[in-house]
Amino acid sequence: MIEALPPGLEAARLRYVLRLADTSLVLAQRLGEWVGHAPALEEDLGLANISLDLLGQARLLLGYAAELEGRGRSEDDLAFSRDQGEFLNVTLAEQPNGDFAHTIVRQVLIDAWQLELYDSLQRSADARLSAIAAKSLKETRYHFAYSSGWLLRLGDGTVESHARSQSALEALWRFTIELFTLDETDELTAEARIAPPLAELAPRWEARMQQLLRQATLTIPPHTAYRWQGKRGEHSEHLGYLLADMQFLYRAYPGARW
Amino acid sequence: MTPRESAIWRVLASVPDPEIPVLNIVELGIVRYVRWGDTPGPHVGITPTYSGCPATELIRAAVQHRLAAAGYAHASIEQVLAPAWTTDWLTSAARAKLAAFGIAPPATQAERARGTVPVVCPRCGSDSTRLVSEFGSTPCKAHYSCRDCLEPFDHFKCL
Repeated sequence: MIEALPPGLEAARLRYVLRLADTSLVLAQRLGEWVGHAPALEEDLGLANISLDLLGQARLLLGYAAELEGRGRSEDDLAFSRDQGEFLNVTLAEQPNGDFAHTIVRQVLIDAWQLELYDSLQRSADARLSAIAAKSLKETRYHFAYSSGWLLRLGDGTVESHARSQSALEALWRFTIELFTLDETDELTAEARIAPPLAELAPRWEARMQQLLRQATLTIPPHTAYRWQGKRGEHSEHLGYLLADMQFLYRAYPGARW
Repeated sequence: MTPRESAIWRVLASVPDPEIPVLNIVELGIVRYVRWGDTPGPHVGITPTYSGCPATELIRAAVQHRLAAAGYAHASIEQVLAPAWTTDWLTSAARAKLAAFGIAPPATQAERARGTVPVVCPRCGSDSTRLVSEFGSTPCKAHYSCRDCLEPFDHFKCL
């Protein structure tokens, strides 16, 4: 049973669930691009496993979003028939893989964010979100162990691996400010105790990242003024290509099922 | 437990895990309840191990099939999300079977609370082992290697 909410809040809850779902789905798709191409078999398996967990989490969230929406669309319809402007993932998740260091930096930034997010979301007033968060948190701990372990080895590794991870950090850090930029969806859902307040997550994420990056001998670049707004449906140019790839089959054969 | 519930549990205990066939789904701890409601068949609650585990749907289909073959054509298989699955629900018989199958079993939360528990090599019994990767051949396993016998092996992750 889904508890009914006042209309404004109901719409905010749906948007909030889609933000979480789309972030996991888009990142899962990106990591899936590594399959068969990773530097070693163990990393191929590692990235594919993280992708699979994220895809599973996205399915739980999209299934819930489909129920909340109540228009008879399924999780597959939401994943494969929405256009770029309807995707509400954070912009960081859709950034291309680049080299292995680039993928690891993107991963560690998002893993650390999901760790704090799911840890607090376990106590959501929304029972379904609380259950999904508790389950996802356990998986995210392994993701973070993997990505932070690699960040340390790369950052505090050879001259080459250090240079590559520092340049990845410089390319990707600018997207992190979006994780903690509030809008009315965040405010409404936090007020109703559906979502944790972003102001509570930000210092925990920053402290964790600062400590880790220091250990990895990497330097945090300054923040830029431009604010990305993927979670409001305004994306970088990369998402469209990702969706074209991910959605091709379903759009060519509408309603296709495994 | 009523006799008609025990009968269902016995059927469920005949469904193997598709990836680790030495374990059945009851030993794996993923069957959360068996009960009757307003519908003619039993309701069986199953929780996924990992959210993306591809075995989840295979298990669901196998349960439906096995119950139908045992005469329960109207069974409803329901997904349970909370509380989230934990390896603490693996029975002690299951842990022993895993080790015999060559997979180092997970430590329980209580064991881990008392300190770091070494991952013991299932082939030679040495506790001098090292983590190769947090991820292995299935979502539930990590990849280890033994410093003594030098063999690689799987460790069922603690979740």
